[in-house]
Amino acid sequence: MAQVKFIKKDNVSAWLEELGQKHEVLAPRFEGDSIIFRPYDASKGFFIEREATAPPKKAIFPQSETLLKFSNIKDLENPEKVALDVKENLPDSSWVVFGGRPCDARGFTMFDRVYLNGKHVDAYYKARRENTFFITLACEKGETTCFCNWVGSGPSDPTGSDVLMVPVEGGFFLEAVSDRGASLLDSSLLEDGDSKQAEADKVKVEADKSMGEAQDLSKAPEKLLAVFDNMEHWEEMSAKCLSCGACTYLCPTCYCFNITDESDGISGTRIRSWDNCMSSMFTMEASGHNPRPTKAHRLKNRVGHKFSYYPDLHDGVISCCGCGRCIKSCPVGVDIRQLVLSAIAYEAKEAAND
Amino acid sequence: MTSNPYLPAMATIQEVIEETPNIKTFRVTLNNPEIKKNFSFEPGQVGQLSAFGIGEATFVINSTPTRMDYLQFSVMRTGEVTSKLHTLSAGDQIGVRAPLGNCFPYEAMKGKDIVFVGGGIGMAPLRTLLYYMLDNRDDYGKITLLYGARSPVDMAFSYELPEWMERDDLDTHLTIDSEYEGWEHNVGLIPNVLLDINPPSKNAFAVTCGPPIMIKFTVQALAKLGFKDDQIITTLEKRMKCGIGICGRCNIGGSYVCQDGPVYTYEQLKQLPNEM
Ligand SMILES: Cc1cc2nc3c(=O)[nH]c(=O)nc-3n(C[C@H](O)[C@H](O)[C@H](O)COP(=O)(O)OP(=O)(O)OC[C@H]3O[C@@H](n4cnc5c(N)ncnc54)[C@H](O)[C@@H]3O)c2cc1C
Ligand code: SF4
Ligand code: SF4
Ligand code: FES
Repeated sequence: MAQVKFIKKDNVSAWLEELGQKHEVLAPRFEGDSIIFRPYDASKGFFIEREATAPPKKAIFPQSETLLKFSNIKDLENPEKVALDVKENLPDSSWVVFGGRPCDARGFTMFDRVYLNGKHVDAYYKARRENTFFITLACEKGETTCFCNWVGSGPSDPTGSDVLMVPVEGGFFLEAVSDRGASLLDSSLLEDGDSKQAEADKVKVEADKSMGEAQDLSKAPEKLLAVFDNMEHWEEMSAKCLSCGACTYLCPTCYCFNITDESDGISGTRIRSWDNCMSSMFTMEASGHNPRPTKAHRLKNRVGHKFSYYPDLHDGVISCCGCGRCIKSCPVGVDIRQLVLSAIAYEAKEAAND
Repeated sequence: MTSNPYLPAMATIQEVIEETPNIKTFRVTLNNPEIKKNFSFEPGQVGQLSAFGIGEATFVINSTPTRMDYLQFSVMRTGEVTSKLHTLSAGDQIGVRAPLGNCFPYEAMKGKDIVFVGGGIGMAPLRTLLYYMLDNRDDYGKITLLYGARSPVDMAFSYELPEWMERDDLDTHLTIDSEYEGWEHNVGLIPNVLLDINPPSKNAFAVTCGPPIMIKFTVQALAKLGFKDDQIITTLEKRMKCGIGICGRCNIGGSYVCQDGPVYTYEQLKQLPNEM
């Protein structure tokens, strides 16, 4: 039986401060009009009533991080000769991510398959991943842009979380999902949770109902490939797109990056930073040839990767957690659900014409 | 590779050879004796070379595992990293992340005739496999080499060409795009010269590498000569960064050129989404 606890709403800040003594705590709060994950500051509080504008992706995959530091060392005996000293810069911080949603925590399980379980293990990601704990808040009600239930998940899916919080009268029901999650529940601020179990279960059921009917995406992998060569279709689909990349930066499952060097006199750093497949330079080759010259080519890769290529490589798992942020934040209203559904419908139309 | 796949091994440049006005060949040795001892690679694999302060870029290891005195990379100057590499000379330090990617199916090619068709810098990966085969000569049938460049000055490895021409276990043909004073070999585009040479396709493999447009017409010529899609092998060049299947840059559908490639048969390529 998983360990369960209850915390009064008024005690949450104290709990975060307590957790803050051992870990760095990341919690969402308003910054201008946006809700963003920031290092927790008691004087600024937190806001978890709505899904955050940006996911807590930075906790494990920073927007920009130093991979290596290098410096040139002159040999005083022989000034012609310069030796190079190169050092790796592995992270050693530990984080508690508080108040993300199930889609946010689950998003990292899609990173894991690529960053931890491929032929090569990403040492930087691994160091952060192993030291990051997720205290996730189950959703009471889906928003109009949410579709986690289409992609094999749901508003109280514990996948990827260490502790799942369910809102109940007067506070939160807390459920340890992982062993390390159980260790976070060892606090005198928390009360026994058994008496709240039934209420929490009811909240979960109601939340599931609020999501509406899930669309069947099981045919998406093959159907997206079937429509791959129809550029007219993709030009129509991408007509509005500005190639701004907002959809990728706000996506909990987008993991592409660039690596660049910065030098400062005789020393410097090698930096990894987020990159995105919606930008035309992403695939520009040295010869000047670009296999994805237009935004139509790029959009079909983005959708294709998440709903076709990735599932084909990873046991059918779709690389989209259904958080809806790309839909909410796209300046021109491109809706990834429509892109997938129209690909699925596209072939049906062809067949009907036969 | 170390447990941190982004950490290059440091190497020292032993020799720099000027191949053409814009291609230089670097012979390097790994500094750390332990890493050097454990290093191995297969023909066709690539490496990322670091010019610290500028960045990294991908190059074929064009020496052969049968001769491990040094690792060799030939670099065509096109942009920032390659320009910086061109300023380096013997004794300078360089970072190497290797080996990366897959390799030529040199085992499956045993007992077959081999036709190499290389264009420009595309000769680099072919050179590795060529030497590998010449060093294991009895394992392979007739080996034909067609190497083309725009003009004689654009021919890399020119100092090796006389030896290739002289060997009687290698049938070498050279071609350039248009007439050039003193040129005694073929003049004409690679696919046309290939059709003239007319190598038999039975029990054979063709390996071609070069600019995309050359590959396209070479594959058409090979098909005319009777080569089936699974007898044609090529290497792809995609923009790369991580080189290990993580950064998401080099995919064609679900295939990552940095990891599942750069070597593909034409049959494999036809099964991938059309995104060359
Ligand atoms: C598997 C593989 C094997 C390879 N093997 C070899 C080899 O053996 N030898 C070899 O010489 N090369 C090889 N290459 C190619 C080599 O990797 C590239 O030439 C190299 O990466 C170029 O790096 P660069 O930093 O010098 O160029 P960059 O400075 O990155 O720029 C190169 C080109 O990119 C484009 N570009 C970049 N930024 C911009 C911008 N802001 N605006 C417009 N265009 C831009 C332009 O076309 C520019 O000319 C290989 C590539 C691959 C993928
Ligand atoms: S956010 Fe919208 S406009 Fe911007 S790149 Fe994504 S789909 Fe295009
Ligand atoms: S693709 Fe859109 S809906 Fe799916 S995980 Fe990314 S931001 Fe969320
Ligand atoms: S270069 Fe990063 S995935 Fe291939």
